[in-house]
Amino acid sequence: MEQVYLAIVLAPLLGAAVAGLFCRVIHRSVAHWVTIIGVAVSFLLSLVVLNHHVVGGAPTYNESLYTWMEVEGVRMEIGFLVDHLTAVMISVVTFVSLMVHIYTVGYMHDDDGYNRFFSYISLFTFSMLMLVMANNFLQLFFGWEAVGLVSYLLIGFWFKKPTAIYANLKAFLVNRVGDFGFLLGIAAVLMYFNSLDYADVFAAAPMMADLTMQIWPGADWLVMSVICILLFIGAMGKSAQVPLHVWLPDSMEGPTPISALIHAATMVTAGIFMVARMSPLFEYSETALSVVLVIGAITALFMGFLGIVQNDIKRVVAYSTLSQLGYMTVALGASAYSAAIFHLMTHAFFKALLFLGAGSVIIAMHHEQDIRKMGGLRKYLPITWITFLVGTLALIGTPFFSGFYSKDSIIEAVHMSHTPGAGFAYFCVILGVFVTAFYSFRLYFLVFHGEGRMDDETRAHLHEPPPVVTVPLILLAIPSVFIGYFTIEPMLFGGFLSDAIQVAPDRDVLDYLSHHFHGAAGFALHGFTGPAFWLALSGSVAAWFIYMKRPDIADQAVERAGGLYRLLLNKYGFDDFNQIVFADGSRKLGGFLARFGDAGLIDGVMVNGSAKAVGWFASVARNVQSGYLYHYAFAMILGLLGLLSWLVIQ
Amino acid sequence: MITLADYLVLSAILFCLSVAGIFINRKNVLILLMSIELMLLAVNFNFIAFARYLDDTAGEVFVFFVLTVAAAEAAIGLAILVVLFRNRGTINVTDLDTMKG
Repeated sequence: MEQVYLAIVLAPLLGAAVAGLFCRVIHRSVAHWVTIIGVAVSFLLSLVVLNHHVVGGAPTYNESLYTWMEVEGVRMEIGFLVDHLTAVMISVVTFVSLMVHIYTVGYMHDDDGYNRFFSYISLFTFSMLMLVMANNFLQLFFGWEAVGLVSYLLIGFWFKKPTAIYANLKAFLVNRVGDFGFLLGIAAVLMYFNSLDYADVFAAAPMMADLTMQIWPGADWLVMSVICILLFIGAMGKSAQVPLHVWLPDSMEGPTPISALIHAATMVTAGIFMVARMSPLFEYSETALSVVLVIGAITALFMGFLGIVQNDIKRVVAYSTLSQLGYMTVALGASAYSAAIFHLMTHAFFKALLFLGAGSVIIAMHHEQDIRKMGGLRKYLPITWITFLVGTLALIGTPFFSGFYSKDSIIEAVHMSHTPGAGFAYFCVILGVFVTAFYSFRLYFLVFHGEGRMDDETRAHLHEPPPVVTVPLILLAIPSVFIGYFTIEPMLFGGFLSDAIQVAPDRDVLDYLSHHFHGAAGFALHGFTGPAFWLALSGSVAAWFIYMKRPDIADQAVERAGGLYRLLLNKYGFDDFNQIVFADGSRKLGGFLARFGDAGLIDGVMVNGSAKAVGWFASVARNVQSGYLYHYAFAMILGLLGLLSWLVIQ
Repeated sequence: MITLADYLVLSAILFCLSVAGIFINRKNVLILLMSIELMLLAVNFNFIAFARYLDDTAGEVFVFFVLTVAAAEAAIGLAILVVLFRNRGTINVTDLDTMKG
């Protein structure tokens, strides 16, 4: 199997290398074929691995393949850890990536950077696979940074657009903040465990449970809490949790396929995956779990609100992504790691579907993204319409759709959880259901129903995009509907992920839920009686009523609640705050340091100062050399006198 | 009774006068040469005083050598002075400041 694992990782890298290094010489069709074949090979082999581990019941594979270096007993290696969690992740990543590769053929066909784009998305697939298959922290960090790099490159893909450059810089900088915490976390792991290998660290974790450290004098912290919170700061950056979420909506400046692949389905879930992978550590720190829970709850609810006031089709979906990532984080905080991974998987399908559907609309509308200029598109784009509806229904958690199973189990898990902050989190996620349904159906109705608000020329050219665009939509719609129904039982309650995830028995909410679980259909039927379903339904109906039946209500609400509306439109002021405090502040600090520190201290005092000091000393010493004979003679006599008296005194 | 110390004091006074003459003099190179001569004479005083005190004629013999050398030195110094005056048209000490880098 070792060759298979290697091939899974290296096939996309090969594709990326060919398409990237020879992007100026090879033909477009070569670029897309070589990368699509690379990812397809990777996907098929992932299915082989999934089959091998899940159906075949193969034991966890954990081997290091290559030692990069060894420093004072710390081995830095490249290796693979393949268990059920990894198998699920690589299958999801390669499947969504494959769909996006195919879709890109249609979406980017008139773009100059066609080859470059394929190179980037293949490179991304490679990086993500390295991240999820890592068996040590170093490789995890490598994958982590590599996906960040590709994300940066792709957000700024249209590098002549100033907004894109601004957005990619913002994404990069905000991720640096998270990575700083992540790196400190890894350093703390290395310091206390003296190993970077997952297996070693997890095995040693129980012995570290009661160890404390002093961050500053007088403050004793559990080592585990410090490590886990630092690691989670990294996850906050990558998975866009409040307050490090600000980069994700702006990242919509990139082409739509990468919004689907990177900023919705896979990369942003790296943080969720990482925390789930680190569950043996997080279980030893209730503080960290509590932090995770509260941050996730805030993200889940408050980012959802922002989706309501956005008018850019991609941004609405982006805020919905933020909100759903919040749900996953809440699940992590409630120790329902399996539910988080489950939601990660279903969300990857339906969110990629929604994004690609939005992209399909954007193609049809000739790159118009404002939903106020759309409407009634279901007549022109039937396949996009149906698949988008499927995605929306999955997103809001309609019973029997995949999103229902994952989201409802998260809500139930939080309800049962006793981790501090669980009450607040439950309130947030249950209210979030209403908000999700409201903004999702607002988007759906404004785009696909009602009267067309586009101009006549656009309307005349409206037609369904080619099959390379619609086929991925259909292929993604299938798992969006069914995957939850078929996988909930093994994944959540069947101990499917028990080889990767450890939960303390007193916190194991999913185990508790499993006693009440009687099949997927029963779970869905039971869902009809729960508050989540009714909230989702009322959200959908409210959206229909406000935006279809009585559009004047929305305008009135904007007038009545102008302050609230502006608060939402300003995204709670996070951007302004960052702009004023961090961006302008650091520029001012930089200017001050340049003037005072560099020009004043270094140039003025150190460099020019030492030159001036030499000049001054010389100008004084020059007076000694008067040129008069009698001065020299006198100096000689004085010297002689001094030497003689020294001799005499001695 | 004139003691050794009196001679030595006189000699020291003469020596200091000559040093002061070298240093304070701003006018004339001739006076510089004279000060050097005076300095040598002060040293000669010491020689003679110690020769007498220690009853050793070596000191007195040495004075003859010093006087001879001083005469030769004065001759050379005056010759240099003449050449200097021919070249520069002055023997004013303050004008002779070319000995600097």
